[in-house]
Amino acid sequence: MSTESTTKQSGGEMPRQRKAPAGERVADWADGRLGIYSLAKANMRKIFPDHWSFMLGEVALYSFIIVILTGVYLTLFFTPSMAEIEYHGSYVPMHGITMSEAYASTLEISFDVRGGLLMRQIHHWGALIFVAAMFVHMMRVFFTGAFRKPREVNWLFGFLLLVLGMFTGLTGYSLPDDLLSGTGIRFMEGAILSVPVVGTYISMFLFGGEFPGHDIISRFFSIHVLLLPGIMLGLLVAHLILVFYHKHTQFAGAGKTNRNVVGMPLLPVYMAKAGGFFFLVFGVISMLAATFSINPVWVVGPYRSDQVSTNAQPDWYMGFSEGLVRIMPGWEINIWDHTLVLGVFIPLMVLPLVLGAIAVYPFIESWVTGDKREHHILDRPRNAPTRTAFGAAWIAWYFVMLIGGGNDLWATHFHLSINAITWFVRIGFFVVPVITFVITKRICMGLQRHDKEKVLHGRESGIIKRLPHGEFVEVHERLSQEDLHTLTAHEQYSPEEIGPETDEQGVRRKVGRSEKLRAKLSKGFYGENSQVAKPTVEEYEEITSGHGHH
Amino acid sequence: MSSETGSHDNVPDDEKLPRAHEGHGETATRGEDPFANPGLPPHENRVQDVDERAAKRSERTVALFFTVSMLATVGFIASYVAFPIDKIIHVWPLGDISALNFSLGLTLGLALFCIGAGAVHWARTLMSDVEIADDRHPIEAEPEVRAKVMEDFRQGAKESQLGRRKLVRNTMFGAMALVPLSGVVLLRDLGPLPKDKLRHTLWAKGKLLVNENTDEPLRPEDITMGSLAFARPEGLDPHSEDYNTEIAKAALMLVRIEPDDIKDKQSLDWSYQGVLAYSKICTHVGCPVSLYEQQTHHVLCPCHQSTFDLADGAKVLFGPAGHPLPQLKISVNKDGYLEAQGDFAEPVGPSFWERG
Amino acid sequence: MKKLSARRRHPLAALVVLIFALAATGGLYTALAPADEAKAAKGSGSSLAIKEGKKLYAVGCASCHGTGGQGSSDGPSLVGVGAAAVDFQVGTGRMPAQKPEAQAPKKPVKYDQAEIDQLAAYVASLGPGPNVPNKSQYDPNESDAAAGGELFRTNCAQCHNFTGEGGALSKGKFAPDLGDVSKKHIYEAMQTGPQSMPSYPDSVITEKGKGDIIAYLETVNSEESDSPGGYGLGGFGPVSEGLFAWVFGLGVMVAVAVWVAARTAKAKKS
Repeated sequence: MSTESTTKQSGGEMPRQRKAPAGERVADWADGRLGIYSLAKANMRKIFPDHWSFMLGEVALYSFIIVILTGVYLTLFFTPSMAEIEYHGSYVPMHGITMSEAYASTLEISFDVRGGLLMRQIHHWGALIFVAAMFVHMMRVFFTGAFRKPREVNWLFGFLLLVLGMFTGLTGYSLPDDLLSGTGIRFMEGAILSVPVVGTYISMFLFGGEFPGHDIISRFFSIHVLLLPGIMLGLLVAHLILVFYHKHTQFAGAGKTNRNVVGMPLLPVYMAKAGGFFFLVFGVISMLAATFSINPVWVVGPYRSDQVSTNAQPDWYMGFSEGLVRIMPGWEINIWDHTLVLGVFIPLMVLPLVLGAIAVYPFIESWVTGDKREHHILDRPRNAPTRTAFGAAWIAWYFVMLIGGGNDLWATHFHLSINAITWFVRIGFFVVPVITFVITKRICMGLQRHDKEKVLHGRESGIIKRLPHGEFVEVHERLSQEDLHTLTAHEQYSPEEIGPETDEQGVRRKVGRSEKLRAKLSKGFYGENSQVAKPTVEEYEEITSGHGHH
Repeated sequence: MSSETGSHDNVPDDEKLPRAHEGHGETATRGEDPFANPGLPPHENRVQDVDERAAKRSERTVALFFTVSMLATVGFIASYVAFPIDKIIHVWPLGDISALNFSLGLTLGLALFCIGAGAVHWARTLMSDVEIADDRHPIEAEPEVRAKVMEDFRQGAKESQLGRRKLVRNTMFGAMALVPLSGVVLLRDLGPLPKDKLRHTLWAKGKLLVNENTDEPLRPEDITMGSLAFARPEGLDPHSEDYNTEIAKAALMLVRIEPDDIKDKQSLDWSYQGVLAYSKICTHVGCPVSLYEQQTHHVLCPCHQSTFDLADGAKVLFGPAGHPLPQLKISVNKDGYLEAQGDFAEPVGPSFWERG
Repeated sequence: MKKLSARRRHPLAALVVLIFALAATGGLYTALAPADEAKAAKGSGSSLAIKEGKKLYAVGCASCHGTGGQGSSDGPSLVGVGAAAVDFQVGTGRMPAQKPEAQAPKKPVKYDQAEIDQLAAYVASLGPGPNVPNKSQYDPNESDAAAGGELFRTNCAQCHNFTGEGGALSKGKFAPDLGDVSKKHIYEAMQTGPQSMPSYPDSVITEKGKGDIIAYLETVNSEESDSPGGYGLGGFGPVSEGLFAWVFGLGVMVAVAVWVAARTAKAKKS
């Protein structure tokens, strides 16, 4: 193949070659080695649908890039060492204080490197927004059902990115070795110690001896700048490749089907929009870092294991674990000369359960529906009431724990008793998700009913008409076909029935426990009490033909 | 079957395909179906598409954005040169802030934001906004492809003889399973074994209680009723490399309570004239508890609000801590200074499996 | 008129009305609320001061603290609390307490400084206790803010937060913000341990140490303190930062995303 084309070119049979502009020649060169034309053929005019909520993932992606860029800059000046020194740098209120080199170099970045403070603040604000954006992006995917086949794997990649992002954040904000983050590491050590059997060993191995030792900052440093971001970068690339491969989902609407994707091409519109959006995100975070202080470690002081400050909280994404720990009663069981530290160990185990609950939901749903088809049209949250209610309940649960994590601040700001708040959160932990579930489901059903009403009777026009016999009625305007389609495009599952327990020959069929559970769940998900049957053509035609009876 | 849609009425049956089908998603406007997908609406022109003057205005706006960005970058470099790093300016309503951080951040932010704003405005007003529909193709391979892959795999597996040569297979699995062990073994030197490290602190019989604030040994009369003092064992230098590790266990909190008010008998015995020495390290996860409410003798942990009653053997009153703060038995030496009567009787700080 | 009735239906109309109503109520309240008045004759001279103080005490304090300062079920004994305690409690308006609550908060001061001095003189005469500090103690010419910071983090930050922004205690009690507390009152609080707060006698934190702590607070939590990184969001740490990142940070991102993804206005069909 290649020799053939070479001979052709050397034979001068392609006069185009000589005239081709430089850009084209470079592209040809690259294509001969990388095959970029086949890639470009598939992707250059790739279609992306327009919707603001589809850009939340981009906020996460761009803030990740921003955090990497600023992070690399910070490593140029940061010293990940716990060697103790006496400070004599530019920040006068710390003169003569004993501190680790890590803390001293953070002060140096803040007060001696021009623009260093800005980079630190962009890095930290960027990280907070990164995790927050991943969170809302995940919620968008969840509530619109974008996790369904074929995107389950990408859902898991995204979920892993969120969890890794949280831990990268934790190891990152611990690096300055300040009093606040050191308290957080101490908490981590206590939590590790609570693990039965191996807790003390893990703790000794992680800290290189007893807490805090001399190793934890340098170990966190390599985890924070190398291990976790490396894995995240890999997952991120896989995540994006799958987004390209699956093509983006879209909401139902005129011309949009499960077999197409309607929108604007990558070149030029999305190149400009998505590329421009990167600069917009970067610009906003820069301005945020210019005007709002974040983690001013110089007033927090260096870490000393006998000092502490109130308002000792982790960054927000760890807040729910803080809440879990704060509301837990102090259970401790001593048996056979051993201690089961349930007061710490239970929250430690609930933490992955909280995150895991939302991560596995898609698989539960696909098991319940037994649906093996691909889904590219997004659900409106109201049209999947059980899913929406579950998601809302999960968010409510998460926020109850976040409130628990900041209980001291709510206490001082709203003049409440911290004990009362803790009790509220303890009860809320169990009650709030249930209430949220019920209410959300009802709201969804109400909205479905409203949609049905709109399809069958049209939209309220606000015009009141007096009928000949004196009755006043409001004139309803019929919907356009586009609206009718959009409001009825969603699918509705019917609850699964367990077939007869005996077959035609009268032989008893074995109905497994899992099958029974599935039928029960299916009824809960898609039974009469969980969705409003959408209008049928017959209903519509009956009403529209019998015009004026409303 | 639950996987069937509940909207049979709208589904043209012949449209049903094994996958990737839905209610009435196809653009077919066939039949009388009032809910059918009407297909992509015709493109509507923007002002810029029909009015060249409007397009020119958009062009100028985009160019303005890009120009502002260039100016902002010039501003960034100018601020970098002009402002000393320690210059503080008052900016309402932000307060007294660093001039350099503020100017660098704003100019950088503006330079970036304007590039983005220019590009997006360009895309929105000047680039074609005709919506295009692109076809999707099922992710799953066609049956023929699947069959071919399976066939190839079987062929390859057969040619490898992996199934036939059990010895090769088993030893290979064995080798692969063992080799990561080297990596695990290498982790052994990450840290020492716990042994009884968590059971002992620097406190020992006769060690004086040194005031953390003054570096002087404490006498009982230094600790007045209602006061709070923190102490470390004598000989521990706060500037030494191991200070943090040692004080993480040895930190001590001293209060004085009227002996009549001390409810716990052992607590009273271990005190000296009402002066009680408790570990400052919370038994929950190890924060230094020290929010001492002198009127109630309660001490609260700032991290997770475990509340201990110092008048009652530091019993847990509230919160997630599982057991009382350990108390250090103290007395007074012949010179009148407070001294420890030994180490803590139980491990200080967070509970662990071997604590018992 | 027609215009107004059309606007009445505007979705924001209710909000506007509510804001007007709130503003009106607030304005009325300020105009009509009675001004604080508690003025009395001044006195001076030690024994005279004690005498005058005793009179003031009998009127304002005795109902809770007992006629001789011996205390009652409603208030602790004042024997031996010293002049500094009176100067702090009355000088910050905490005393006289208005109503029984978890702790007596800072309020407008009821007495003038001369009366406070008289009360202090009387209470000091009940038993020996710390005196009101002088300026060279609470505002020394030479102080070490760095050393003060170290002392603050060991002894004070657990309740008052890193920079003295205050924090929660159990059952509705709290450690107050130290930002607007005068140097003298901070010194007195450390000396006397008001309410829940433990005291830090000179044997625990030396006079110089107390001066250093005050100097540190002046650097990090006062009108003059700098916040190089920008607005400090109250100085409460990660909770306020996280809240801000969500509400403002993500809010702006979503607003920008809406703009990026929105359809451009179509030309009117003619």
